[in-house]
Amino acid sequence: MIRVVLPAHLRQLARCEGEIQIETAAPTQRAVLDAVEAAYPMLRGTIRDPASGKRRPFVRFFACEEDLSHDSPDAPLPEEVVNGREPFLVIGAMAGG
Amino acid sequence: MTGVRVLVGTRKGAFILTSDEARRDWKVSEAHFPGWEIYHVAGSPVDPNRLYASQSSGWFGQVMQRSDDGGISWNPVSNDFTYAGVPGSHQWYDGSLRPWEFKRVWHLEPSPSDVDSVYAGVEDAALFHSADGGSSWQEIRGLREHGSGAQWQPGAGGMCLHTILLDPHNPQRIMVAISAAGVFRTDDAGASWRPVNKGLLSDGIPSPAAEVGHCVHNLAMHPSRPDTIYMQKHWDVMRSKDGGENWDEVSGNLPSDFGFPISVHAHEPDTIYVVPITSDSHHFPPDGKLRVYRSRTGGDEWEPLTNGLPQQDCYVNVLRDAMAVDSLADCGIYFGTTGGQVYVSPDSGDSWAPIVRDLPAVLSVQVQTLS
Repeated sequence: MIRVVLPAHLRQLARCEGEIQIETAAPTQRAVLDAVEAAYPMLRGTIRDPASGKRRPFVRFFACEEDLSHDSPDAPLPEEVVNGREPFLVIGAMAGG
Repeated sequence: MTGVRVLVGTRKGAFILTSDEARRDWKVSEAHFPGWEIYHVAGSPVDPNRLYASQSSGWFGQVMQRSDDGGISWNPVSNDFTYAGVPGSHQWYDGSLRPWEFKRVWHLEPSPSDVDSVYAGVEDAALFHSADGGSSWQEIRGLREHGSGAQWQPGAGGMCLHTILLDPHNPQRIMVAISAAGVFRTDDAGASWRPVNKGLLSDGIPSPAAEVGHCVHNLAMHPSRPDTIYMQKHWDVMRSKDGGENWDEVSGNLPSDFGFPISVHAHEPDTIYVVPITSDSHHFPPDGKLRVYRSRTGGDEWEPLTNGLPQQDCYVNVLRDAMAVDSLADCGIYFGTTGGQVYVSPDSGDSWAPIVRDLPAVLSVQVQTLS
C-alpha cells in the first residue's frame, strides 16, 4: 500500500480528503501515477501531460524530503514509500508572485 | 423558474447568478471549482439544465465539467483533446515555427438542436466537437488543415479559437474566429474551410488583401439574420452583410474602436453593443469612464450608455467572452469586468446596476433565459 498526498486543487477534483492509498503493480513513479489515475479517472491529464505522459512543468514529486521530480518514472521509489512509512507527495510548484 | 441564470467564469472559479424577470434581486452562488480558471460556462439551448464548463489551471491543465441539473452538481467528462493526425507547426511570435500544442479550451458552443452536441474552441487554435455530451472529443481537422494554418500566429493572449457561430438555419454553416488569424467559415459542416477576412485592415500587415493574420477579438450574430456578422477586431468594429465575404468598418463615432466583446440585442438585429477600451497598451476604458456603446443602426452611429456605470476612476477591462444578452421581452444586457463586477441592464442598456461587485476577474459571461 502506497500513500499519496495530492495538492488541494486535485483533492477537490477527485473529491477526496487527506491522503489516498493505492496498490501498485511496481514500486515506481509511473506505476503509482497509473494507479492513482485508475482509481481517480478525473485526474487523468492533470499530473502528467496526456499526450507525452511527462510530468507537467509545474507539478513536482517529493518523498522522504527528497525531490524526485527529475528521477526516471521507472526508477524504484524509496523503500519508505514502498512500505507505506512515508507518503509520495504530488506538489503544485510555487509559481507567481 | 422564469427568469435568468447568468453563468460567470472567473480566474478563480465559476459563479451562477439567478434572478426573476425583473432582474433586480439576485442570488449569487458559492464558487464552483474554486481556485481554478474557468474560461467559459455554457448552457444548452435544448435543455437549460445541461451546462458545460471549461476548467483549467497553469499547474494541472484542462478539465471539462458537465452538469445535468443547472449547475447544482457537476461531473468531469473527457479532457482528451488530441489533434487529429500529425498536428504540424504554426508561426510563433518571432516568426519561427512552433508545433501545435493543446493548452486550454477557451469557448464552448452547445448545439441549438442536440443536447449532447457541443463544440469547443481551443488553444492552440482548433475546433473540437463532442457528440456525446463531452464524453469524447474529436477535432474537426478540416479547419486546421485547410491550408493557411502554418501562417497562423498567436495574439498576446495565445493562439486561441475563441468564437464559434452556428447558423441556426443552416447546420452546414459554422464560422469561427481565431486570434490572431482571423475568421474562417465552413458551408459543409466542417469538412472544408476557408478564410473570410476580406476588408479587414490591420496595422502591421503589409498587404490589405492578407487572408490571415488578423486579430479578431469577437463576433456576434442575430439568429434571425445569420448573414449579418458583427466583429470587434483588435482595432475597428466591423460588419459583414454577406456571411463574412466582405467586411466594412462601422466604428463611426466611438471614442475608441479598440475593445474585446460585441453583442447583438435579442430582438433588434440592428442594435449592437461594444465596450470601448483605450488602446492595446491601455486595457481600460477611455477617461476612466466605463461606458457601453450602443448602435441602433448596425454600427457607424453610437451612443454612450452610462446610467449606473462608474464614470470616474474606473480602470477595468471587459474581456471578449464577458458580455451577453438575455431574450426576455425587455432585453437584458450583461457584462463582467476584470475587476470582478458583473453588471446588468434590464432595459436594453438604458440603465445599469451591479449584480455583484467583488468576484475574481471575470473571464466570461453567458446568460440563460429560463421559462
